[in-house]
Amino acid sequence: MVQPLDILKETSSQTAGPYVHIGCTPNITGIHGIYDADLGASMKTGPVKGQEITLTGTVYDGMGAALKDAMVEIWQADAAGIYPSAQDPRGSADPNFTGWGRSAGDMQTGAYRFETVKPGRVPFPDGRMQAPHVTFWIVARGINIGLHTRAYFADEPEANAEDPILTRIEHQSRIPTLLAEPDGSGGYRFDIHLQGPNETVFFDI
Amino acid sequence: MSNADKARAGGYIPRDRGWHPAPFHPPYKTSVKRAPQAALLSFPSTLSEETGPVFGHTMLGPLDNDLILNFAAPGEAAIGPRIIVHGRVRDEAGRGVAGALLEVWQANAGGRYRHKKESYLAALDPNFGGCGRVITDADGRYEFRTVMPGPYPWPNGMNDWRPAHIHFSLFGAGFAQRLITQMYFEGDPLIAHCPIIGSISDPAAVGALVAPLDMARTVPMDARAYKFDITLRGRRQTAFENRPEGL
Repeated sequence: MVQPLDILKETSSQTAGPYVHIGCTPNITGIHGIYDADLGASMKTGPVKGQEITLTGTVYDGMGAALKDAMVEIWQADAAGIYPSAQDPRGSADPNFTGWGRSAGDMQTGAYRFETVKPGRVPFPDGRMQAPHVTFWIVARGINIGLHTRAYFADEPEANAEDPILTRIEHQSRIPTLLAEPDGSGGYRFDIHLQGPNETVFFDI
Repeated sequence: MSNADKARAGGYIPRDRGWHPAPFHPPYKTSVKRAPQAALLSFPSTLSEETGPVFGHTMLGPLDNDLILNFAAPGEAAIGPRIIVHGRVRDEAGRGVAGALLEVWQANAGGRYRHKKESYLAALDPNFGGCGRVITDADGRYEFRTVMPGPYPWPNGMNDWRPAHIHFSLFGAGFAQRLITQMYFEGDPLIAHCPIIGSISDPAAVGALVAPLDMARTVPMDARAYKFDITLRGRRQTAFENRPEGL
């Protein structure tokens, strides 16, 4: 016998199910009057610093069908690379930027959309700088544990080439699955593929 | 100790993915084409995962934690067995997680969700919306009031029924802790039949999702109580500075 470690086990994940929007974006489902607004619907509370962008895309299943019941959340630094979080020891972020967005997706097409800013660079634990990126978290019916990934920016080739995470990927041919592509009108497109030859690189983080 | 050293020392403890449900679990049919097939990419947590959005108590309305009343017409209330759900959110070291936002959603007492894609023939309750939220106190404790959700059939196998459950979404201090799970009820015979719960292989992990009846918190002549503690991921801690030998 040995002493117990006294470390608790994390509560197991369970699927968000088909009705995640009742709990997280009730106004979009037509449940009005409980919350004034859906959390994460806007990432800006006033004029923000930096380059304002839109980030749009679709989540596809292994048959290439768009998910219409997913919920996508993003978390990112402000334009200066500071997180609006008490856990960031490096200073104060843009007070008009929340850093966090939540999209229920379009009920007909499933497309998500965020109006945000292009994030600045954030250091890796060893001090190297990471390329600008937006953390994504995807939940839906059929997804038993939420999927973490990141969108990097295809128009940041120098920063991407030295990014500590991108350079860690064994199959470098998969890096494009993590690149948001400029759409030519100030926005970026980032599609997510749950399976298949273009399966997005998901993170164990 | 430099900030980089602190970050290395204090990163998130990796997830035990054998304890979590299998992403690919054919008895839960929808998982078959929605489960990633390539290996996940592992790396130490960075500021991007160790930070997270902040939600203050001021955003909460007075009825946000009362699903019996928060959608009901004045003077009316949701129909169903009245229950209180309470518990503590802590990390893997047992420390209470203060300021954690919990969002909950559920079917009504008849097992019907208020959603346009829901087609179960059980009746909607005009006084029940089905969502609520609460933020943990300084010790990590939370409590909300609702009605006992009903079990319901769902299109998977020809005769699959979900056990009664409440969905929980949680935010800790860092985005790495983000979690969605479901709470089940002690004694529900459908737990053993559920293909979604069946994606978890360890019976202890399933047991940790089942809330016991808590007679000590039950309010006489009013509402039964169920206790549901939740554990979020924790960060490594060390008293040792990460410095070269001999210094």
